[in-house]
Amino acid sequence: MLLVVEQFLNGLQFGLLLFLLAAGLTLVFGIMDLVNLAHGSLYMMGAYFAATFVAWTGNFVLGAVLALGATLLLGIVLEVTALRHLYGRDHLDHVLATFGLILFFNEAVRLIWGPAGLALPLPAWLTVPVPILPGIHYPAYRLAIIIVALLVALLLYLGVMRTRIGMLIRAGASNREMIGALGINIKLLYTLVFGLGAALAGLAGLMQAPILTVQIGMGENILILAFVIIVIGGIGSIRGAFLAAIFVGMIDTLGRAFLPNLLRQVLSSTAASTAAPALSSMLIYLLMAIVLVVRPEGLFPANRR
Amino acid sequence: MKAFSVSKAFTALVLAGLVLLPLYSHVSGNIFILTLFTRIVILALAAASLNLIMGYGGMMSFGHAAYLGIGGYAVGILAQEGVGSGFIQFPVALAASAIYALVIGALSLRTRGVYFIMITLAFAQMAYYVASGLARYGGDDGLTVYKRSDFSGLINLGDRVQFYYLCLAGLFGVVLLIWRIANSRFGLVVQGLRSNEQRMQAIGFPAKRYQLVCFVISGTLCGLAGALLANNTDFVSPAVMYWTRSGDLMVMVILGGMGTLFGPVMGAVVFLVLEELLSQITEYWALIMGPLLLLIVLFGRGGIMGLLGRFDRG
Repeated sequence: MLLVVEQFLNGLQFGLLLFLLAAGLTLVFGIMDLVNLAHGSLYMMGAYFAATFVAWTGNFVLGAVLALGATLLLGIVLEVTALRHLYGRDHLDHVLATFGLILFFNEAVRLIWGPAGLALPLPAWLTVPVPILPGIHYPAYRLAIIIVALLVALLLYLGVMRTRIGMLIRAGASNREMIGALGINIKLLYTLVFGLGAALAGLAGLMQAPILTVQIGMGENILILAFVIIVIGGIGSIRGAFLAAIFVGMIDTLGRAFLPNLLRQVLSSTAASTAAPALSSMLIYLLMAIVLVVRPEGLFPANRR
Repeated sequence: MKAFSVSKAFTALVLAGLVLLPLYSHVSGNIFILTLFTRIVILALAAASLNLIMGYGGMMSFGHAAYLGIGGYAVGILAQEGVGSGFIQFPVALAASAIYALVIGALSLRTRGVYFIMITLAFAQMAYYVASGLARYGGDDGLTVYKRSDFSGLINLGDRVQFYYLCLAGLFGVVLLIWRIANSRFGLVVQGLRSNEQRMQAIGFPAKRYQLVCFVISGTLCGLAGALLANNTDFVSPAVMYWTRSGDLMVMVILGGMGTLFGPVMGAVVFLVLEELLSQITEYWALIMGPLLLLIVLFGRGGIMGLLGRFDRG
């Protein structure tokens, strides 16, 4: 029971983290039609900035806020100098260009921070176990991630659904030419959306940093998960990204936790213990393949024509 | 009178260079360059196979590295199990790639555009994790191929020069095949589907069937590259199937010029030689390579072949 609740919360936490990453990706993809493979690099930069600023200031929260600002700024610079020239181009051009950016960021990190990974230590007040149910404790930091991510999700939802900029963003997702024709400053809107996406990726990176090591290439694995999520959810759909992220986070975490035991019921224990890790890593890709075979445009297609 | 063509001349120069390379390697005593170019030729073959569906068919496969792995593991696993004959290993590698491509293609072709890119990626990642789970064959650590494929009486893969020419023959054979396909009735239908699927279907062509056949041919040819690659490195591991490898192949195709016959070959040669040269100048070669790719996209539409083509038009 304890294990189930704990794994369930871990799944939720991982799913919410993935949502932050996927939300930025789906905004950029759905609105600007830009396939940004370098989104994972922004996640990595968020983590490196956080490790650096926390070490400088000696304050976890202040360091995190500075890192968030730095990633936002980096995103804006990236959009203005390079990516804005790629709008309207072939998706393949995006793949090539942003693949180049991945190379650049990985190497830049190696140059600046060195090849060894960094650790981002948690302050004492975030390491205590918090009682969530009678007799069940959960690490405070993971709980904090859940709360922060839920808050951000709520703000994002309100921002997109209730504000004027959000209205323009939604309009842009369904018909890009039209909002330009209505006299909206698309250039600025795009820079803003990209910056927001970068900041979300940075937030995911800096929050994940204390749990994993901060290392080169950490964005590449998780980037693919983010792509899986926006494809399952339907490109350009924030709601789809949210539901798919929770779903993928749960399946991934619960699969890793419980699949070995489940397999042991049907296979010999050696066969089960060798097959389980591969199978649990495959689960989400299997899920995505099934979703796409059944619903080729994802579960919640944003722009139906 | 036909005007002098810069792109054709440059292509011919590169191809002649590839043919004469062992001679240079022999004269200069530089064995490393032969090893490097064997790898380049093999990856050029893989890129050419990807170009068949990407350039001519408009199907953006982001999972082509899976075939490198399948072809490689076919050789590695058979060798491990005591089947050393290349006459068995290579046909098995091709057949395994073809079957995988048939299944993946049939499912993936239900989607289009970015969704197609992502579903091919998903299947390749699954193949990656399957390979990681093959505990008997090295799992994550990969599988050493202790003995290269045995084509006794015909060719010795242990000999550097012979092996190089085998790979080069494979590359030229594949390019020739792609040229024949692209200009056949079948190839014209596939290219027609790229530009307007609805119209082709309205004329009465079973679109998906044509695309699937094209997809299977491409995957099979890439499986050949995989079998050669395993022989080249004497090693195969899940890492050859990781998604960034598929990205590398895509980059080679786009860099060289998608949908041109020799573009992928050029792309592979330029990409890998540049990588080698830059890494000799600085340990941080990717710091230059990355922005370079970005600049090529921004200013050099149509890749290297497109760039060279500009000289032709004056």
